[in-house]
Amino acid sequence: MTKVDYGFIDSVLEQNNYSKSSSIAIMQAIQGEYRYLPVEALNYAAEKLGMSAAALYGVATFYENFSMNEKGKYIIKCCNGTACHVRKSDDVQEALYDATGLTPKDHMSADGLFTIERVACLGACGLAPVCTVNDVVHPAMTPEKARRLIAELKEAEGV
Amino acid sequence: MKITSREQLASVRAECKKLLDAENKKILVCGGSGCTASGSAKIYEELVKLMQERGLNVEVSLNGHVDHGELIGVKNCGCHGICELAPLIRIEPEGILYTRVQLADCADIIDQTIIGGEVIEKLIYHAADGTTYEKQEDIPFYKRQTRIVLNNCGHINSESIEEYLAVGGYAAVEKALFDMTPDDIINEVTASGLRGRGGAGFPAGKKWSQVAAHKEAPLKYVVCNGDEGDPGAFMDCSVMEGDPHKMIEGMIIAALACGAEQGVIYVRAEYPLAVKRLGMAIKAATEYGLLGDDILGSGKNFHLRIVKGAGAFVCGEGSAMQASIEGNRGMPRTKPPRSVDKGLFDVPTSLNNVETFANVPEIILNGADWYSSIGSEGNTGTKVFSLAGNIKNTGLIEVPMGTTLREIVFDIGGGVKDGEFKAVQVGGPAGCCLTTEQLDIPLDFDSTKKIGAIIGSGGLVVMGQDTCMVEIARFFTDFSKKESCGKCTACREGIPNILTILERLTKGEGSMEDIDMLQDLAGIVKSCSLCGLGKNATNPVMSTLKYFKDEYIAHVNGKCPAGVCKALCKLWVDPEKCIGCTKCARDCPTGAITGMLRRPHSIDNSKCIKCRVCKVGCPKQAIKEV
Repeated sequence: MTKVDYGFIDSVLEQNNYSKSSSIAIMQAIQGEYRYLPVEALNYAAEKLGMSAAALYGVATFYENFSMNEKGKYIIKCCNGTACHVRKSDDVQEALYDATGLTPKDHMSADGLFTIERVACLGACGLAPVCTVNDVVHPAMTPEKARRLIAELKEAEGV
Repeated sequence: MKITSREQLASVRAECKKLLDAENKKILVCGGSGCTASGSAKIYEELVKLMQERGLNVEVSLNGHVDHGELIGVKNCGCHGICELAPLIRIEPEGILYTRVQLADCADIIDQTIIGGEVIEKLIYHAADGTTYEKQEDIPFYKRQTRIVLNNCGHINSESIEEYLAVGGYAAVEKALFDMTPDDIINEVTASGLRGRGGAGFPAGKKWSQVAAHKEAPLKYVVCNGDEGDPGAFMDCSVMEGDPHKMIEGMIIAALACGAEQGVIYVRAEYPLAVKRLGMAIKAATEYGLLGDDILGSGKNFHLRIVKGAGAFVCGEGSAMQASIEGNRGMPRTKPPRSVDKGLFDVPTSLNNVETFANVPEIILNGADWYSSIGSEGNTGTKVFSLAGNIKNTGLIEVPMGTTLREIVFDIGGGVKDGEFKAVQVGGPAGCCLTTEQLDIPLDFDSTKKIGAIIGSGGLVVMGQDTCMVEIARFFTDFSKKESCGKCTACREGIPNILTILERLTKGEGSMEDIDMLQDLAGIVKSCSLCGLGKNATNPVMSTLKYFKDEYIAHVNGKCPAGVCKALCKLWVDPEKCIGCTKCARDCPTGAITGMLRRPHSIDNSKCIKCRVCKVGCPKQAIKEV
């Protein structure tokens, strides 16, 4: 479990003037730090914002970008927009799952290295199919390239 | 430096123009998402480094001094449009376009083209018929376009307000502030016939007049919808990244017309580059006194900020977006009250899309008559479309409203990349799949409406014969299911049921009753949902049912004509063609292929997972599908 630095949460709240209407920006800042939303951080922020934890949790879970689960060191976003889909992004995604040993239900690989997310359009349709690793775009993917990518990342980590 | 008068703006602009004109040559490196992903940032750095090594006068921003001798500008600019050939570089004044530029080409570009004045044959555009084009403007892809919204994209440094000023930027704000009343602005925009480019096609001038009518309101908002969520669409992304000041200028003019002093740009979080460039643009415009209090000394104020979305497609809907900006779950509400009366934070709000705002400066500068001469009756101006999918020239185009699908897909887009044309999805996940028969329909708000389609925000995804229409309907329905906010029962419950039926069909377990049921359910969801997402979510199902019913029936009969639905496909080895090289047997992840060396192999379909690794890798194309 991640240890939450409440001083950091306070500074985020202060930058946003403790405003309820900034709840999304506040959670984006928290997730920017921890790569997910630790529940302690949410409870703390809700109390300071003067709203119920349930209300803030409700906002967090409504939006796709917020995660309540810890994520791996490498967050791989596999684009499944229309352009990528018609250029066979499913095959790329399957190869990624296969190479990392993850399934669509897993949030993170056991070694803490990988998280695979199937996302809607990343806006790089001209290069379809694409995936991103920690926001670096890998264009014109194929299942082979996907397997090689995972192998390279594993090698870099000495796994 | 804060500009406090019209005269001062003129002198600042003259100074910027002088600096820009001093650049004898320019290298414009595309900094759009597509080119950046293909390594254009490294190419930019390499070009600057190599030129400095050669002792050339390099100018990367307009802040430097004018030296004697040749001054060469190197800049990151907005999207050139033809993303398929990324990374792209344009050389001015010649107008040469280099495609698929690699790091290793940089030295040649400097030595041969910049210093030597020669064109590098291998980097210029090669058309499929073998014709080569040196100049960007001569390429058929560009020749048929009319660029108003995108006129600066790819031509100026998208991170420099000085360059925007040098090419006449903020002249429309100047005119609107000092030569026009709010009513004049509204009348001009109304007369131009500008309709909302986000999809609904509501007249922009009318919307502004409704907000302006609340004269007593102490607070009003102008909101820009930059939540371009349609998969396969990246028009607004390119405007926000490539020419952010143009959009901001449009917003300032809208604010003057409406009498609003506060503005918000809502941008998708998936567009980090757009967020960065808009942030830089707002900062620069504020420093120059074009945003904030007392704009250009006129006494008018407009404060603009960015709100980042958090990944919810439904937030593209006006009232949902406003809920999201207020920090709530982004769920649409019933109307009335309409946003123009009670919008963001319950005050009168004008909500327009990125492209709509980007049209405004040109309308103010060139007049309503000029603008309405472009496009078709009742559908004036141009429309930006993104071309994606199975098409030769993927990218971004801008054409007059009413251009036909055929011209866009075949003349500009170059036709289908592999195989034959089958359909084109117009208008995103809530749009329709149109076929060869509809190719001659003019693409504008009214003509598409007549056939039950929409142009939406302008995403065009082209599909070839290898696309299964039942599977594509399943894909879009799956998208709409995930993005449904859950408020209306018809959408929340109806779409998953439609999806279940479609999944059954793609697995070969469907029946003819399923097809009837789809039709019924789709009608219910359409008529009983509150917002555009629910109302249009079944368009892909309804349009594919209308134009590709035979494919649905084929699935009921256990066949997928396009060979996409894995449960309905079988792979087999053609013994006539197989040379027994054993490659497929070694590549197969499940060991489903067996065979002796130099003897025809065979596939055990009970083990086969239809990954098609064997088919892709076979040197003799001996793996076949039924």
